[in-house]
Amino acid sequence: MGMARFLIRRILAGLLVLWVVATLTFFLFFVAVPEGVVARNLAGRAATPAVIAQVERNLGLNQPKAVQYWHYVDHLLHGNLGFSYYTQQPVTTIIKQALPATISVVIGGVLLWLIAGLGTGILSATRARSLFDRVATVGVLAGVSAPTFIVGELLIVAVYVQLSNHGITFIQTGYTPITQSFSGWLGTMILPWITLAVVQAAVYTRLSRGSLLDTLGEDYIRTARSKGISERRVLYRHAVRSAMTPVVSQLGIDVGALLGGVIVVEQVFGLQGVGQQTVTAISQGDGQLVIGFVILAALFVVVANLIVDLSYALLDPRVRVN
Amino acid sequence: MSITEVQFQATAVEDAPAKAIEGRSQWQLTWRRLTGDWVAVMSMVVVVLICAFALCAPLIAAATGHPVYHAFPNKGTNAFGQPVGPGVNGFPLGTDAIGRDLLVRIAYGARISLFVGLFTTAVAAVFGVSVGLIAGYFGGWVDTVLARIIDAVLAFPFIVLALALAAVLNPSLGIVIGVITFFSWAGISRIVRGQTLSLKEKEYIEAARSLGAGPWRIMFIDIMPNLLGPVLVLATLYIPTAVSFEATLSFLGIGIPPPAPSWGNILAEAQDHYQTAWWYVVFPAAVLLITTLAFNLLGDGVRDAMDPRTERILAGGKTATRRRGKHRGLSLDEAILVGEQADLSVDHPISRTEEG
Repeated sequence: MGMARFLIRRILAGLLVLWVVATLTFFLFFVAVPEGVVARNLAGRAATPAVIAQVERNLGLNQPKAVQYWHYVDHLLHGNLGFSYYTQQPVTTIIKQALPATISVVIGGVLLWLIAGLGTGILSATRARSLFDRVATVGVLAGVSAPTFIVGELLIVAVYVQLSNHGITFIQTGYTPITQSFSGWLGTMILPWITLAVVQAAVYTRLSRGSLLDTLGEDYIRTARSKGISERRVLYRHAVRSAMTPVVSQLGIDVGALLGGVIVVEQVFGLQGVGQQTVTAISQGDGQLVIGFVILAALFVVVANLIVDLSYALLDPRVRVN
Repeated sequence: MSITEVQFQATAVEDAPAKAIEGRSQWQLTWRRLTGDWVAVMSMVVVVLICAFALCAPLIAAATGHPVYHAFPNKGTNAFGQPVGPGVNGFPLGTDAIGRDLLVRIAYGARISLFVGLFTTAVAAVFGVSVGLIAGYFGGWVDTVLARIIDAVLAFPFIVLALALAAVLNPSLGIVIGVITFFSWAGISRIVRGQTLSLKEKEYIEAARSLGAGPWRIMFIDIMPNLLGPVLVLATLYIPTAVSFEATLSFLGIGIPPPAPSWGNILAEAQDHYQTAWWYVVFPAAVLLITTLAFNLLGDGVRDAMDPRTERILAGGKTATRRRGKHRGLSLDEAILVGEQADLSVDHPISRTEEG
């Protein structure tokens, strides 16, 4: 009962966030700019006066702002994100074409950084003060300090350029769909995954190490040990599980914000995903495409947070009791 | 026991406490601990060197004879129109795509990066502390509203807003500063709010109130000095984050517009040349990495120096090696991290189910 009510409340809260983002975007693009600039922003920098006039007609820009807002929300609710004025394609079609590359980067990157981050964190916490712990601490600081694009650029110079100079062509930049060739897809994905993982795993190492050290000092861990349970079982069944709560909550924030980080990775490796399309759209001034992307990013955040809330219920018995 | 011995002992007893209670303020103690930590001292030296590098940018340009915006198509590029490498034709770090001196460009880029890093952090700290104090001290609906806003800002993906802004307005230094500040104050507010919540229950605050002090006096005169430590640590750690933000925005073409040099836009231009000109990528990237790493290490050092537990470890006869992991409790570092997480529980299902 409690669970269903909780879920409904979370979904309503998510819808509220989506509405707020959509409204903010409307204000940014339709209200905050001077008269007459709206159509030009949406139609792109190279638009002819005829195109601008057409945009004005389509969007009813001569009508009161309240009416315009109503049309805007109405279009969104019908899944209509408008048309790119460069390619004349619907924005939803462009996003659909670009999404597989983005999803590939996100899923592989998240898996790699979780494995690396949690693995190092748990090893560091159980071997606090050891040489491994110290090396990991320094590595973490370097990882936290490095902006994503620097890691990507350096990987390209150090790995891709070196390998291709020696005739090894497995690792490529650009994007090959998995349906076309699995090894080609893997070759284009490895460096982007490592890039995301290097930066993010550092944060997770630090977080899981701190949280696990804290948990291992709890009374119930001593109780478990004194009952004669093996150290392995104490660690993995009792400690790690409850130490993961802050990690999961951080993961929700990060995966939601990841669409932002992916822009950088796509730009560095030329993956032609949603993020890179957006950067291109901005340089061309194609406003409709940018709006579509902002809404998609918000949807990403909301869905990620919903999944995190659900996993709390699995990790933390206190949520289930109520 | 002879008289002289007694006298000697007496003077010794009189002298000893006089030495032991030589007054040292909290800040003096912190400074002593900080200078006793060689990693912190090294990172301070690096930070000072980078600031000097930025300040001396015009001198470097004058010394090399290569003004920052001046391209040298003849000696700055090779026969194929490609950048020349380090040391060639009097360019210490080589040239960029159109034959400008890379060293001079990086030095001028340092000015923008450091200015953005320090300025946004200062503004974010002032704003963040004020909001955090008000939310924590007044509580009630003020706190509810402000805490919600803080959560909302922290949950918003910053690049998305920057993208939307860049699409509507033209990229500029002002927008970069605005976007970075907007996303930095909330983290500081959250920590300050949490500290204020516990500090306002202390006896000395009650004493101040019973003496007739008003809320603003209590907040800014009585509570704020106790927050300076954590805020200083956070601010030191926000500077490298801001430097990275600026570089990332400029790299994406929504930050500092060229031809003004910034580490981010130099690296963006370098993207088309990584096959032929490694120096074009490696030098700006290395300077950026060294800067952010130095600030992060310094922040860690300040945090350790502020933590009274460090003193006990030093008193225990151990040298000033890095303290992390010496005790099994939470360090301030981890406390801030976990505290941030715990504070998330404002929006955490557990707290809500317990309420209702």
